[in-house]
Amino acid sequence: MIGVGKIKQYSNVLEKPLSRGKQEVSLSAFAFLFSELVQYNQTQVDNIAELERRLEDAGYAVGARVLELLCHREKGNRRETRLLGILSFVHSTVWKVLFGKVADSLEKGTEHEDEYMISEKELLVNKFISIPKDMGTFNCGAFVAGIVRGVLDSAGFPAVVTAHFVPVEGQLRPRTTILIKFAEEVLKREARLG
Amino acid sequence: MPAVAPRSGDAIFASAERVNAELFTLTYGAIVRQLLTDLEEVDEVNKQLDQMGYNIGVRLIDEFLAKSNVSRCVEFKETAEVIAKVGFKMFLGVTATVTNWDAEGTTCSLVLEDNPLVDFVELPDTCQGLHYCNILSGVMKGALEMVSMKTEITWIRDMLHGDDAYELQVKLLKQVAEEYPYKDDE
Repeated sequence: MIGVGKIKQYSNVLEKPLSRGKQEVSLSAFAFLFSELVQYNQTQVDNIAELERRLEDAGYAVGARVLELLCHREKGNRRETRLLGILSFVHSTVWKVLFGKVADSLEKGTEHEDEYMISEKELLVNKFISIPKDMGTFNCGAFVAGIVRGVLDSAGFPAVVTAHFVPVEGQLRPRTTILIKFAEEVLKREARLG
Repeated sequence: MPAVAPRSGDAIFASAERVNAELFTLTYGAIVRQLLTDLEEVDEVNKQLDQMGYNIGVRLIDEFLAKSNVSRCVEFKETAEVIAKVGFKMFLGVTATVTNWDAEGTTCSLVLEDNPLVDFVELPDTCQGLHYCNILSGVMKGALEMVSMKTEITWIRDMLHGDDAYELQVKLLKQVAEEYPYKDDE
């Protein structure tokens, strides 16, 4: 569709001012969209592991962009280089921007040196989701795990990130724990830096 | 039950639970990117986005009717205004303008200047045929079909293609008459 005499102005996305990120949409709009993402991916796979992997991939793309965006906006173009620094960046800054609140907890795994956990009582993406019995351990949190992996990986902290349900006593719904297992090189570098 | 006044889009949006628009934008971007990888053809992606929108519209209309107290629209003109002022506002936090009515009052345009789907987006040369926001037209089509209106929706203007606004042309094809007697909930 080309209008006569219309001058097409392709604006470069980098020339636009960076928004302050205060715009909002309704939670239902996001929930509807996210549910389509899950349903579409369900048609593309034949097992749960594959479905989680695809959701994680989608999240990864979001995470990589979130890191870039937030480093520009919140941190004056600096990014964290230390393990605890980047973890608290994810737990506080990233969470606050994406989900409107700091994550419930950030803990270090007790059994393994390279494991950290971010837990959330009611993860946004699991809010309207119920898992049918035959899908067992499937967790939509895989999308958020992907976001976390995207942020960490792009910042130079490769890790394996997975989402798990952890039942909590006295509560109807389990909480979601995002388990982060850093690559060996990350820990070595961290040790070198002292 | 006494009639309840319809609520304004602003009021519904203000009282609804909301999320950061960037999470929404980036998630949508991830969806589009996945579709482009899976389907390869831009036309197929347009189709799939439309289908996803349709699925959403079919379900979204329930929430819309429940929260807005909007009753049956007398004519299509009213419908278009309600979509632009209440529908867009309550879900996406933006409003559209309705213009370009044809003489019969069955075709009009919805013009969006703000569109939360397209932040940070630039179409590469390989995707020039892509209607990035095709999900929106699907949503409207699906939702209107649930209130007995068959519509056809086309993109007229698209800022990602260099235009100065987003313009969706909505054409009412057929109003499926409901059959008497209406069944009330027992």
